[in-house]
Amino acid sequence: MTDAAELRRRTQELLAAQPPATTGRLDFLRARFDAGLAWVHYPEGLGGLGAPRSLQAVVDAELEAAGAPDNDPRRIGIGLGMAAPTILQYGTEEQRRRFLRPLWTGEEVWCQLFSEPGAGSDLAALGTRAVRADGDGWVVDGQKVWTSSAHAARWAILIARTDPDVPKHRGITYFVCDMTDPGVEVRPLRQITGEAEFNEVFLTGVRIPDSHRLGETGDGWRVAQTTLNNERVAIGGMRLPREGGMIGPVARTWRERPELRTHDLHQRLLGLWVEAEVARLAGERLRQQLVAGQPGPEGAGMKLGFARLNQQISGLEVELLGAEGLLYDDWTMRRPELVDFTGREAGYRYLRSKGNSIEGGTSEVLLNIVAERVLGLPAEPRTDKDVAWKDLAR
Amino acid sequence: MSTTSPTHAGPASPVSTQPDLLYSEEEAALRAAVRDLLTDHCDAARVISRTESDTPHDPSLWKALAGGMGLAGLLVPEDRGGQGATHREAAVVLEELGRAVAPVPYLTSAVVATEALLACAGGSEVLASLASARRIGALAVPLHTAPGASFPTVRAAEGALHGELTGIADASAADVLLVPADDGGLYAVEADAAGVTVTGQTSLDLTRPLARVTLDGAAGHRVGDAGPAVRRALRAGAGLLASEQLGLAEWSLTETVRYLKDRRQFNRPVGGFQALKHRLAQLWLEVVNLRAAARNAADALAADTADAGDDADTAVAVAQAYAGQVAVHAAEEALQLHGGIGMTWEHPVHLYLKRAKADSIAYGTAGAHREALAALVDLRAP
Repeated sequence: MTDAAELRRRTQELLAAQPPATTGRLDFLRARFDAGLAWVHYPEGLGGLGAPRSLQAVVDAELEAAGAPDNDPRRIGIGLGMAAPTILQYGTEEQRRRFLRPLWTGEEVWCQLFSEPGAGSDLAALGTRAVRADGDGWVVDGQKVWTSSAHAARWAILIARTDPDVPKHRGITYFVCDMTDPGVEVRPLRQITGEAEFNEVFLTGVRIPDSHRLGETGDGWRVAQTTLNNERVAIGGMRLPREGGMIGPVARTWRERPELRTHDLHQRLLGLWVEAEVARLAGERLRQQLVAGQPGPEGAGMKLGFARLNQQISGLEVELLGAEGLLYDDWTMRRPELVDFTGREAGYRYLRSKGNSIEGGTSEVLLNIVAERVLGLPAEPRTDKDVAWKDLAR
Repeated sequence: MSTTSPTHAGPASPVSTQPDLLYSEEEAALRAAVRDLLTDHCDAARVISRTESDTPHDPSLWKALAGGMGLAGLLVPEDRGGQGATHREAAVVLEELGRAVAPVPYLTSAVVATEALLACAGGSEVLASLASARRIGALAVPLHTAPGASFPTVRAAEGALHGELTGIADASAADVLLVPADDGGLYAVEADAAGVTVTGQTSLDLTRPLARVTLDGAAGHRVGDAGPAVRRALRAGAGLLASEQLGLAEWSLTETVRYLKDRRQFNRPVGGFQALKHRLAQLWLEVVNLRAAARNAADALAADTADAGDDADTAVAVAQAYAGQVAVHAAEEALQLHGGIGMTWEHPVHLYLKRAKADSIAYGTAGAHREALAALVDLRAP
């Protein structure tokens, strides 16, 4: 049984063998992975020890205290949060061994090729085709969109249509796509903020060996559920201190600049401050439930609340700034490495947060999910369930 | 009854002051026991017919709950005649009482009057009698008063009390009234003593009726100073009211979802229409949030010590700045989504609407609590 004391012992062992002060960053991260201290709930040999997930914090605290480098999780969020759990659950032993270590150390960045211009909320309607190639493997043609990190990624998780003659959920297969393939073209997609945080990805005759298929042919929709469920956990499960989110900058401005205050803004600020604090407590409660091994349905709604609050709070902030709210910091087209919702100035925050109710599942779709899966209300009427994908209206 | 386990946050929790927002196993067991009792003795039809009677409170339910289960003394230490539990357990009881919109003076006697006495040097006998449920107490401060706000007093002259106080919740059921006087004292006054008149007021919420208390040379026994006692009592009342409001909101949501799965119009269950599904999902989110805020307030009150700063003040103000709108919204949605049947006296949804609306004023409106927060978290007015 791997308990907290045992993990502390192993962490100290690692620190003794690879002193952070004299070990290269990558060497340390590789050694940490090999010691099973990367993600302790993963199996032995794959960066973990099969320990309870909650004990990861024990390792992290010891390593942080020793000044050890981390794997910069924000830079590789898609790999850690989405690709890795899917590879762990559906990958072959060979795939797990090939992909998980450089994924975790950050040597290989991952992106996600799911959404398409014609398949947003209705992701299962996707039209990117994967056709059996002569001999081994597949040839992929199509267009993906809203792909963050595509320009930095070595690998992508990809879902594509392998059988157009069956209803849409059944003809999809899940692949690992090599982003260095000559048929992959990445174009920046400029957003309302002026930045290009996302990309369009054009796939033309991209070759994928069959050994890079994840799960069975035609089973890709089920495999993708693992990815998407983990995405929502990643978005909702963060621990925040009071005023740790979007409300922080507004509250600071309010305190530091009394000349901006009005009674109307005061009432609205206090109302949003309370809602932000309550949402933070709800997130903390969810986290405690997960740690205590009592997962509830509450996670399904976290993102909904944060999306609305981020938009309202940043909207108030622009208004609070008055004359300065009429200005914008910089419209230069940039390619940010990291997405930081609270980064830059109020105008950016206001515009960027508009995406919060669209990315990772629109708020409208999430409300359906809560109504149907949590409250058990009847599902939406479905006209596409028994129709072959090729016969759907589009 | 033992106190709650310290934390579920795990061995790695870096901040020892992190609130415990979950329910312990003991708290879950307590909830189950209270819910069983209420299922047997507090169905909606019984509550409605009682509101039409001369005794809006349910004495037999109170006896079973407060005396039989020993819940009246949860907040009182064992050496003062109580159960030595905390606000966390009392909050669980209030969630269930809210869910059943039970007409019992638990919040007013076992929380508010009890907390007032806990702040006083005297009144030990009164405290023990409330804790054992031999008697019911009521703090004679108008129900709408926020913690820290000023409150009316009666005149103390030559050992007797004179004056009139209105809006006193559950005073009609009380055996002993705790009355603030103009000499700064808090007085215990027997409700049946000479010179004491308690007259029921026609109240919006028939399950927690208000009364006018008239003292005409009534004898009182000074138990302590009114200022700190009233402040502490109202803070606990406001904080734990959030758990009652959570119970009200939960019933409203659960009952509406159940009804809409069943009710058919246009040849389909009404709950399948997306316009209604989204409203109910939204309400569910609010209830999830309220649970976190209410648990946070209960946990902060339980952890509060003299030198803990204003953590509990902030937790209570946050909960009360949020809870009122959720409980009212839930009850209003329940009424609307039940359609015509929701407007009838026979259907219980009006009990929840009236209680929720009254609760949104009780122990301070959301606005009053937001104003308190402006000072507590340094977001000052212009």
